[in-house]
Amino acid sequence: MTGQLNFPALWPYWPELLSGLWVTIQLTVLATTGGVAIGIAGAALRSGKPGWMSRLWGIYVELIRNTPFVVQLFFIVFGLPALGLKLTAGEAALLAMLINLGAYSTEIIRAGIQVTPKGQWEAGRVLGLTRSQTFLRVVLPPALQRIYPALVSQCIIVMLGSSVVSQVSYEELTFAANLIQSRTFLSFEVYLVTTLIYLALSIVMRHLLLAIGRKWFGVQPS
Amino acid sequence: MMTTFSDWDILRNLLLAARWTLLLSLVAFVGGTLVTLPLLFLRLLQRRWLTRVIRGYTALFQGTPLLMQLFLAFFGVGLFGIDVAPWTAASLALTFYTSAFLVDIWYGSIRALPKGQWEASRCLGLTFGQTLWRVIAPQAIRIGIAPTVGFAVQVIKGTALASIIGFIELTKAGTILNNVTYQPFKVFGLVALGYFLMCYPLSRYSQYLEKKFNAAHHH
Repeated sequence: MTGQLNFPALWPYWPELLSGLWVTIQLTVLATTGGVAIGIAGAALRSGKPGWMSRLWGIYVELIRNTPFVVQLFFIVFGLPALGLKLTAGEAALLAMLINLGAYSTEIIRAGIQVTPKGQWEAGRVLGLTRSQTFLRVVLPPALQRIYPALVSQCIIVMLGSSVVSQVSYEELTFAANLIQSRTFLSFEVYLVTTLIYLALSIVMRHLLLAIGRKWFGVQPS
Repeated sequence: MMTTFSDWDILRNLLLAARWTLLLSLVAFVGGTLVTLPLLFLRLLQRRWLTRVIRGYTALFQGTPLLMQLFLAFFGVGLFGIDVAPWTAASLALTFYTSAFLVDIWYGSIRALPKGQWEASRCLGLTFGQTLWRVIAPQAIRIGIAPTVGFAVQVIKGTALASIIGFIELTKAGTILNNVTYQPFKVFGLVALGYFLMCYPLSRYSQYLEKKFNAAHHH
């Protein structure tokens, strides 16, 4: 060991870390709720009648799932302004996360819908429900219950992935860590503390979302 | 001095950089396998404290951003007075990251087999090692191969983050080229296409294997 670790020197910077954490939480809440909503719409489209809309959505899903998030982010951050669309760093970050989670959750929710017996659709129609009513009230709830744990894992992956948006100067948790690192040069210490904050956040998020699933969505504990 | 980049220059530079993406993915996967195998063996011993340690290991790598792991590898090895190249730090971080997922996937594949397989083998007088090697592994590999190939896609995409600690691979080459050409659509479009060409065949292959296994499993 040549250098000594110096954690106490980080103490004055806790407000920066805290405000970064708060931004990460806000970003995560917006991205996960919006992304899952996009996924539900996408899964409805993909489970409905085949057509060009459904096929186009399928291409979007495969494009997103087979390219890195950071490239998607750069494409949005550098590409959209070239088209004359000006976005703030926060808007671009949120947009990239929504597009990303939208694709993943489409596939996850679609998998839940696929195993729904066909009779459920037919029963809904026989009872006089419209197609969209059948989807929203009969098919979707048990499908969501079934894939809920996978959806929770994907939302956590998106939260962890949000650390990448620091690269486009959005001032979330990793950005705060980079800032403190550049002021103190205590690189290892700062990133270790930040890593542990992310770990705590992912543990809390998992327990919270699973508890919400059990309480409000009737998800069976596994 | 003014240099102009033709489309061919962009493409050529991206292709050259893509080799490093492939190499880093390969190193991470091979390194990850080498770390996973002893961990898997220890996990199978079913000692409570070993199980707890390995679970902690996987939870740590799965519950933190890969970017942080790369930063910690980069600055952590530097603490020992060793000057780390981005390449070394990236290989190291991605190796541990990969192993943390592989140990779960492979242990899950082994656990998916009926317990009677172990018991029957022991009754036949096979040792633990023989049972694992001759009875369990051949069956578990068939279960585990589809998710493993699927995870390879995550590893390839994960290597893109090595660009942030300064390793010049496909994504880093893209940012450099974008800075000199100001053609973000073209440059990042091609970068994305590069990843897609590497990942999509693997994704499809993984789906194919899963279908094949499921079909074989149900009949």
